[in-house]
Amino acid sequence: MEFWSTPVGWTIITVAHILAVTVVLLLTIAFIIYGDRKIFAGVQARKGPNVVGPFGLLQSFADLGKFLIKELVIPAGADKAVYLLAPLISVTLALGAWAVMPIAPGWAVSDINVGILYLFAVSSMGVYGIIMGGWASNSKYPFLGSLRSAAQMVSYEVSIGFVIITVILLAGTMNLNQITEAQAGGFWNWYMFGGGLQNLPLIVIMFPMGVIFFISGLAETNRPPFDLPEAESELVAGYAVEYGSTPYMLFYLAETANIVLMSGLMAVLFLGGWNAPWPAPYLAAWPAWLVGLHGLFFYAMKTFFVFFMNAMVRSIVPRYRYDQLMRLGWKVFLPTSLVAVAVVAGWRVYTGLPGAGQ
Amino acid sequence: MALQAIAFYLMAAVTVAAGFCVVSARNPVHSVLWLILAFFSAAGLFVLLGAEFLAMLLVVVYVGAVAVLFLFVVMMLDVDFASLRQGFARYMPLGLLIAAFLTAEMVLVATTVSSQGAAKDSLTPMASGEGSTLSNAEAIGRVLYTDYIYFFQAAGLVLLVAMIGAIVLTLRHKPGVKRQVIMDQVLRTPKTGMKLVNPKSGEGIEG
Repeated sequence: MEFWSTPVGWTIITVAHILAVTVVLLLTIAFIIYGDRKIFAGVQARKGPNVVGPFGLLQSFADLGKFLIKELVIPAGADKAVYLLAPLISVTLALGAWAVMPIAPGWAVSDINVGILYLFAVSSMGVYGIIMGGWASNSKYPFLGSLRSAAQMVSYEVSIGFVIITVILLAGTMNLNQITEAQAGGFWNWYMFGGGLQNLPLIVIMFPMGVIFFISGLAETNRPPFDLPEAESELVAGYAVEYGSTPYMLFYLAETANIVLMSGLMAVLFLGGWNAPWPAPYLAAWPAWLVGLHGLFFYAMKTFFVFFMNAMVRSIVPRYRYDQLMRLGWKVFLPTSLVAVAVVAGWRVYTGLPGAGQ
Repeated sequence: MALQAIAFYLMAAVTVAAGFCVVSARNPVHSVLWLILAFFSAAGLFVLLGAEFLAMLLVVVYVGAVAVLFLFVVMMLDVDFASLRQGFARYMPLGLLIAAFLTAEMVLVATTVSSQGAAKDSLTPMASGEGSTLSNAEAIGRVLYTDYIYFFQAAGLVLLVAMIGAIVLTLRHKPGVKRQVIMDQVLRTPKTGMKLVNPKSGEGIEG
């Protein structure tokens, strides 16, 4: 026991923790990609991937092998260092963001006080992988694609920021664990529904905020219907035109990790994170590891639910035009979320009601 | 403690090296990328100081927004840096003078802090170091929104004026540009959107 509290022991434990989270995350991503394709296929009355493994379950691993054994071609005149750095930055940020994600009670790798700001900072840095990749390819098409991509991500970050502020105002903390704990004790405490029965009138504000967060998350991760930078049927592949082999796979991985991250964040901020949708006093008698699994189950369920909505939107909604996208971000979401911040702050001040967790 | 010292020297060294590379890089885009690295390691230094809120704000605002704008501008504008470098010798004295002033100021601040203690000992603590019960965000909020609310509002007004100025200078409505008015589309009914005509054969629909 003594050894694990020394710096060396602590380092070993933390590295093992990080490895565990990363491995589970990567496996989840592999099957999420498969699920995404299956849902997409199901809506279009196709079969989707069904060749590799039972029901095509191993499709993502086959794709991984294909990417890995392809030849890496670096375009002539490309800025080699930046070209190779861009996908690495993307994937590092996308995986690094999971360090603060409260996947179950006490299971977050790092429980920091500004967790939500950390996530926001990391996701706002994600733009760099895209800009650098597009620029370093030394070609016009990826460059234009990266500019469109970056403009879109920067635009929707603003409204995401304001929506996050409404949740922070209600929770009174920026610690993701405490935000989750504040939503314990039943689905009526989730911030999607105003956060607690005493705050029930806020459902008028918070429900639309949750929807705005969901849509902004779609735009932030360049998912359809906002996949303008890499619109499959119109453009080639946006910023990743000149990429192939492992670097392209890293971009793809980062994109999917970001989508799962946005789904997970939606689950934490609006759907109560690891909390069961009913009061759970029975947990007090359970051993810690079982409570952890219980939390992980609900967190994963909510994340998958949000991801499922994400995939349904992708297969159902037609693509936006660029000016419509910008209009939605700047003229609709930004003013709406700004007003919501003011109203929620006013509600907190004038009712004097404590947040659900205080 | 040793770990903190290692982290400090590592990040300080990275900051200084990146700062040097910003100036010396031949490619302007590389310059901006080095600048981003400098911002980022400066944020790391803030974390070491216990000012994690400031660190995250630095990353969100400078790395996530301001530097993206820099990168956009540098990539879009075809700046001829060879011609910019020509005046190097001419501006050298002025640059050195400014650098000397900056160095003198920094040395002054550093010596004052080391001899008389930082301002946080006398004022509201900014960082949640030892002995402070306030969290970062609370401390900064108290200073900004309670102690200096009027100055804060004035600064906001200045920014608002600057924003309006920029909009006034650049906004122009070109005549004859077709715009999508979503409201009109939503309010369209079969009555307003459709016209039933009964043309005679051999004639056009409208006159």
